Amino acid sequence: MINLASRDILHSWGKFIFTGMGLGLLIGVTLVMAGVYRGLVSDGKSLLDNSGADVWVVQQDTLGPYAEPSSLNDDVYRGILGIPGVEQATNITYLTMQVRHNDTDVRVMVVGIAPGMAGKTPGWPRFLVAGRHITRSHYEAVADIATGLKLGDKITLRRNQYTVVGLTRRMVSSGGDPMVFIPLKDAQEAQFLKNNEAIWLDRRKTQANPEFNRPNVPGLLDSILTSRTSNLSVNSVLVTLKEGVDPVQVITNIERWKYLTAYGRADMEDILVGKMIATSARQIAMFLIILAVVSAAIVAFIIYTLTMDKIREIAVLKLIGTRNFTIASMIVQQSVVLGIIGFVVGKITSSFSAPYFPKYVLIMPEDSIMGFVAVMIICILASLVAIRMALRVDPAEAVGG
Amino acid sequence: MLMSQRVGGVRIENLKKQYGQGENAFLALKDVNMQVAPGEVVGLIGPSGSGKSTLLKCLGAIIDPTEGVMKLGDQVIYDQGWKVRDLRALRRDKIGFVFQAPYLIPFLDVVDNVALLPMLAGVPNGQAREKALHLLEALDVAHRAQAMPSQLSGGEQQRVAIARGLVNRPPIILADEPTAPLDSERALAVIRILNDMAREYETAIIVVTHDEKIIPTFKRIYHIRDGITYEEAGQGRPIN
Repeated sequence: MINLASRDILHSWGKFIFTGMGLGLLIGVTLVMAGVYRGLVSDGKSLLDNSGADVWVVQQDTLGPYAEPSSLNDDVYRGILGIPGVEQATNITYLTMQVRHNDTDVRVMVVGIAPGMAGKTPGWPRFLVAGRHITRSHYEAVADIATGLKLGDKITLRRNQYTVVGLTRRMVSSGGDPMVFIPLKDAQEAQFLKNNEAIWLDRRKTQANPEFNRPNVPGLLDSILTSRTSNLSVNSVLVTLKEGVDPVQVITNIERWKYLTAYGRADMEDILVGKMIATSARQIAMFLIILAVVSAAIVAFIIYTLTMDKIREIAVLKLIGTRNFTIASMIVQQSVVLGIIGFVVGKITSSFSAPYFPKYVLIMPEDSIMGFVAVMIICILASLVAIRMALRVDPAEAVGG
Repeated sequence: MLMSQRVGGVRIENLKKQYGQGENAFLALKDVNMQVAPGEVVGLIGPSGSGKSTLLKCLGAIIDPTEGVMKLGDQVIYDQGWKVRDLRALRRDKIGFVFQAPYLIPFLDVVDNVALLPMLAGVPNGQAREKALHLLEALDVAHRAQAMPSQLSGGEQQRVAIARGLVNRPPIILADEPTAPLDSERALAVIRILNDMAREYETAIIVVTHDEKIIPTFKRIYHIRDGITYEEAGQGRPIN
């Protein structure tokens, strides 16, 4: 038996290809939307992976350091080091800010890393693609290549200039902003450093306060002024554990004895994926639903129109004894072929366009497979309207009268 | 009324068709009697609204009559309310259709347009195409076998449509105004082909027509007026 669907497609291939391409662009957008969601999750997970920590210690009752502000004294880590099972504990700061470079602003997450060694100290960039790690205590930076910075570039953070000495990649915040690593002391200063005028005005205010100018307490004013211009806070302490140590036990000890909150890897993932990007995920899910409905409506309309164009032929086919199954199968096959063309075009479009999106777009093979299955189901469902119409065609229409 | 005594072909007795019920009832066919022998070509003539289309649909097993008897060869297809169950297969195997417009399937080439019917009946593709080519040769369009319908002239398309109607060797062919879009020469050529094919394939052919050019060629003509058929002898003019 001749395959009527394939013959019709070959006969009017231009119509099918162009319609499929149009549909493909829509499917491409849908795949990119799914990729944006995966990118958000991946950014969150890579942030955790790249930190190299087993436990995150933050201010009590906060979801810091990524989902909420968290402030700890920078000497807290010493106490944590004394807790059984802890191998390393190191301070870290995170600050998202706008960095000016070559007349353009780049949004980055500035990470303050404590002195240590790459690959050993948590918080450090795990690998470099160019240059070297930070070796000096001040004014050196390692940047993610997504910032567009190059080795030797100078960037200004607050009032200080930093030289880019190394480049890394896929070191991003949960929001997808590329990271710039600088020494911890510089980062602590950068968090609260004001301009000269503001500092001067602040000093004047403090000096004018009689509470700080007590005649019988010499040196009080100087101490207060010093404390106001230095920052002894960090956002979190990253902790690595000795091999075989149960993180829950360490977390319990930290929370019990240090009056802090600590999160393990699973808790942190839950905060990042379940809480931080939950709204974005719902937003993307809404887009996906709308796009799926629009795709279904378009496929249904196209298949309906293609079937309407063949109404006389369908009447003739029914008149000469073609079974309803053969006619329905022809329509379903055409719908499926349209879906396949659309999916292939969509997949190619999304794969090629993904790198050009400002945020990370990750199109996973399983998402593509799921997308393909969804497209097939949508195409089959969309063809039902056209099948219903075709089966209701009266063979008498071929005879006329 | 003249009634042929020949058997086989098509036989219709006291056929009635009513549309609607009660006050809205309309009797489109009041008393139709026809008999067409195998190998015979008869004309069916009547003004608009006389019941031609309704009769054609009843004969083509597209709509059910209300009363009467219809036989194709020895097979009763309708008898006072009883009817053959699988009308689709009946149309495929026992009835050939040739329309005013050829209505070829535009996405199938000529040979597959003709071979489609035997394929639908379960004949393997190769054999179906062989049968189709044989018929196309007989109708002098075999050289266009691989062409698409849109590449054919009107006359060629009509010959392919005739081949499609004949390919399953049905006992009856219903031709609805088959010469309407053609000039005299081509119209007569089509009638000659129908006559030749009717003889060769022992098929009864009923030609519904208004075409004055071809009416004189029929040996027998059925007139239909107000749903009643009247048989008369035709001129049977030879076609050169």
